Amino acid sequence: MDQTAPLADTSHQHVVFPDGMALDCGAHLPSLTVAYRTYGTLNAARSNAVLVCHALTGDQYVAEPHPVTGKDGWWDAVVGPGRPVDIDRFFVICANVLGGCMGSTGPRSARPGDGGPGTGGLWGTAFPPVTIRDMVRAQKRLTEHFGIERLFAVIGGSMGGMQVLQWAADYPDAVFAALPIATAAYHSAQNIAFHEVGRQAIFADPNWQGGRYWQGGDVPARGLAVARMCAHITYLSEQALARKFGRRLQGAPKTAGEAISLFGDMFEVESYLHHQGSTFVRRFDANSYVTITRAMDYFDLAADHGGDLTQAFHGTTTRFLLASFSSDWLFPTAESRAIARALNRAGANVSFVEIGSDKGHDAFLLDEPDFHRTIAGFISGCAVHAGL
Amino acid sequence: MTTHDPVRFVAKNLRVDLRLIAEMIAPGTRVLDIGCGDGTLIDELFTTKGCDARGIEIDMAEVTHAVAHGLPVMHGDADIDLAHYPDNAFDYVVLSRTLQAVERPREVLAQMLRIGAHAVVSFPNFGHWLVRWQLLRRGRMPMTATWDRMWYETPNIHPCTIQDFFDLCTADGYVVERWLAADEAGRRSPWRRFPRLANLFGEQALFVLRRGAQGIVGT
Repeated sequence: MDQTAPLADTSHQHVVFPDGMALDCGAHLPSLTVAYRTYGTLNAARSNAVLVCHALTGDQYVAEPHPVTGKDGWWDAVVGPGRPVDIDRFFVICANVLGGCMGSTGPRSARPGDGGPGTGGLWGTAFPPVTIRDMVRAQKRLTEHFGIERLFAVIGGSMGGMQVLQWAADYPDAVFAALPIATAAYHSAQNIAFHEVGRQAIFADPNWQGGRYWQGGDVPARGLAVARMCAHITYLSEQALARKFGRRLQGAPKTAGEAISLFGDMFEVESYLHHQGSTFVRRFDANSYVTITRAMDYFDLAADHGGDLTQAFHGTTTRFLLASFSSDWLFPTAESRAIARALNRAGANVSFVEIGSDKGHDAFLLDEPDFHRTIAGFISGCAVHAGL
Repeated sequence: MTTHDPVRFVAKNLRVDLRLIAEMIAPGTRVLDIGCGDGTLIDELFTTKGCDARGIEIDMAEVTHAVAHGLPVMHGDADIDLAHYPDNAFDYVVLSRTLQAVERPREVLAQMLRIGAHAVVSFPNFGHWLVRWQLLRRGRMPMTATWDRMWYETPNIHPCTIQDFFDLCTADGYVVERWLAADEAGRRSPWRRFPRLANLFGEQALFVLRRGAQGIVGT
């Protein structure tokens, strides 16, 4: 495999498409590797497959311990035996996105042929810009590899939800049910702005080395950690931060008259963000972060259809479930409602619910019983209609 | 059918007015139920008649309940969201005991007959004799089994009588295909041929409308 230190060198289950793939930017990837995990059993008719699309910093380890961090699967609450996406019933596929750093082709992959002087043979910043549609194309190749003509369902939150929308728009006959969760049909100016802060933090790290940081043996850990800290704030809500940390200080409470200091004390929320940043850099690649955030920023499904989102879904027979969370200000309910209305205009079968939660955007990853009941019911209902 | 079927509502529990509505709807048709609550009617129409039935509901708890039972229901507001459906998207658009609670009943009705070939509308009749009698005798807003909320907290901001509704259909050019009056328990009243008697003795009314000769209003 084409993985390189200093990130842990782990081999991932994968398939190689030696003919490569054409990208939206006009470049042609000479070879395409898609790393993936599957759970459950594909039935004889190959009609029970569910594709899970991961978010910006997720990966294919959706329902099992992560090989690098050892933490539980990122969507254990949703995917597993007896879970809303029941792997006793469905064949679940999750692939690392194109541009990612968990085994699929991305900036950290070896560049085929001579990468040129001083590149060390990796793509790095020379990796072509990819789009959400490119990611979906790579996933389509994987499903074809399994001989699956139609997915029973495609599900994902955040950037995963963007991929679900792209799937439904590009391959309507290959998607029976689509569940775009906590997402939007385009990346807003505010969201692009937050991403740009993260990217600039990475570029400002002396270890960035113009993106060829592997040559020096160090990664731009400081910059990547700051990018993660900034992004992590957008995944939470003010209420969630107040509930978890409030204004509490680390260590013993101050006594009256004791001087405050600039660097001595730390609020608990600061410590939490530092921890989020430092654990992230152990499992994620800075070039991948730049590539994938850019892919999200480019995403505008309506713009690809003459500015009319309805056209993206014209004549679709896919059944949709849109779900948003009341305290999510990164992908607010209004964005999901706009998608639901566009689907209404397209005559599509659409369910739409806003889940009450104070946990912000991250709610889709957390223990939200109403959300889980909603997905479970929607999937069971679709299974009846699909004859499963 | 497998052992994994979602829990289904049992038809015998169907509210009587919903059963009357279900009787009006032809099998295998496309139906939109506005204000569908927990989705009882759309479940009944799918299960027993094979309809492609969908719902809109404004109460988020009801939406969550319906979707968790596998029913295609979306959160939405009759006053706002009907505008987002294309012309002739449905064979029937149902509005059960909700017309009196929307902000703009006339526009909602027009939207229903734009997006659907038929509108099925039920509403409580403000012309019922007991309502008239209470207002005449006490000089205060009536309080009956049907109209059971004080004037300052009722969601029913646009009450009408059966004759009012006939008048609106005439004014806006809708054809009344079928209509009936019923008591609160859903028993049909015998005044089928006499709107004035139905208006006096019917506690609720059910209408099936279609567009008149001029086609879709407002397009």
